[in-house]
Amino acid sequence: MRALVAVKRVIDYAIKIRVKPDKTGVIKENVQHSMNPFDEIALEEAVRLKEKQIVKEVVAVSLGSSKSQETLRTALAKGADRAIHIEVEEATAEKIEPLLVAKILRGIAETEKPDLIFLGKQAIDDDCGQTAQLLAGLLNWPQAMYASVIERESDKTFVVTREVDGGRELIRIKTPAVISADLRLNEPRYATLPNIMKAKNKPLEKKKPSDYGIEIVRQTQILE
Amino acid sequence: MNGIRFFSNHLSKRHDILQTALRFTSTLVLAEHAGDKLNPITLKAVNAASNLGEISVLVAGTNITNVAEQVIAKVEQVKRVFIADHEKLKHQLPEYVAKTVETLQKQCKFDYIVAGASTFGRDVLPRVAAQFDSAPITDIIAIHSSDTFTRPIYAGNALCKVKTNAPVKFLTFRGTAFKSAKESGGNGKIEKAPESDFSFDGVEFLSEDLLKSERPDLQSAKVIVSGGRGVGSADNFKIIYELADKLKAAVGASRAAVDAGYVSNELQIGQTGKVVAPELYIAVGISGAIQHTAGMKDSKIIVAINKDPDAPIFEIADIGLKADLHKAVPELIKAL
Repeated sequence: MRALVAVKRVIDYAIKIRVKPDKTGVIKENVQHSMNPFDEIALEEAVRLKEKQIVKEVVAVSLGSSKSQETLRTALAKGADRAIHIEVEEATAEKIEPLLVAKILRGIAETEKPDLIFLGKQAIDDDCGQTAQLLAGLLNWPQAMYASVIERESDKTFVVTREVDGGRELIRIKTPAVISADLRLNEPRYATLPNIMKAKNKPLEKKKPSDYGIEIVRQTQILE
Repeated sequence: MNGIRFFSNHLSKRHDILQTALRFTSTLVLAEHAGDKLNPITLKAVNAASNLGEISVLVAGTNITNVAEQVIAKVEQVKRVFIADHEKLKHQLPEYVAKTVETLQKQCKFDYIVAGASTFGRDVLPRVAAQFDSAPITDIIAIHSSDTFTRPIYAGNALCKVKTNAPVKFLTFRGTAFKSAKESGGNGKIEKAPESDFSFDGVEFLSEDLLKSERPDLQSAKVIVSGGRGVGSADNFKIIYELADKLKAAVGASRAAVDAGYVSNELQIGQTGKVVAPELYIAVGISGAIQHTAGMKDSKIIVAINKDPDAPIFEIADIGLKADLHKAVPELIKAL
């Protein structure tokens, strides 16, 4: 079984953000960035499934400027086997919306043929909480959002506990499926120094949105 | 965050202008319900959507004729109610509800498809949006025009005004930012939703474990008493419940309190928990990290009880008490 994990580089959760004086966005220069916390949890879950020998290979994917490679190296250090970087210019990265990410992930899913795609339930910068559902919709795969427990039931089925408004809900999903991680799914590990060193030699493939036939045109314009 | 209040106050004026411009537009609201009960967030979504053209509501589930006829059809502004009654829709799993919406949209071609920003709305809406190549806009707190909306980003630390040219506009509205539509005065026409193909079998509902409580629902409560890590233990949390009982309040918690196992996660308030805006919010032993304040800073009056005078919660509190909560809360309960 192969797992694909989508990770995003965002401003670190502990940073107090500042809006630019011209209101075009928030100040990102010289601000500490790190992997979106929910993506760390999604990645951790995929790595744990690999350690349980349920998953054979974990592929980390990130879309963004060249700096996203740091995030992918972190993912490799935490246990991903290889990484795919969809590189866009810094200015273009600002224009990415969840629908575009979902379309590119669909393209990757078509070539990589994963059984499970893990995402965080939302990115803590745009707070959209859409990408996983959009991707599941595009692929017409089952979706298990806000997962807090994932248990393999058979070769093709998993039982997922979801955190919903009134409490918890258990569903059975058939692979291939899209899963989004909630906070309580697990406690992500830290990357150790030897693993960080090893991660430098793990494969990191570079791609462009156009490799998946995607043109970056967004439907949502940010006014202020 | 004054912006939020400003925009919602001006909705009624905008309403007339928008109504003229939107005479020929149509909006589908996805109703969220449990058996005979309509989730209050649906009323908020209807009211928000009344700025966006003529309203139809889709009710999906099993045995829903009653809630559709007796409740939803009577909601002010509702013109049409579509009923999708099918065994596969019993637990309103997003895969099947999305299929229903998709089939209905192909027939009716709504300009807007909207829902409340709850688990249900967040689950279903983007899934359908993907079928119509439309980028959704989630968690809207203000409507400026037919295509321009404001939503919070960075845990509510910035507001983002966006303009969309999506072919179909898929929107979710944050419940705390809009008033509820009246539950009377409407006369919606009941129709059967077109039959959908439910052959998809990738998902199956197994069970649910819902929190049962005599207390008011967190998201519609007028008063909320919330506890954080400072409360110290699950056992100590009972003083929070006692205070809440005195005030007929709902009980909330910070992530720290949930992670420490003091209370279950349904009570979590914040960026990744629930967003609330009660008349009175009492934060007990909560430091006030941005991830928590994202979920409660629009409360009308915020009271903080914390022994650390530097806790960031005091920056947003209207009334702050620097005291040991284990002394102050019992005293407060006694005084009430």
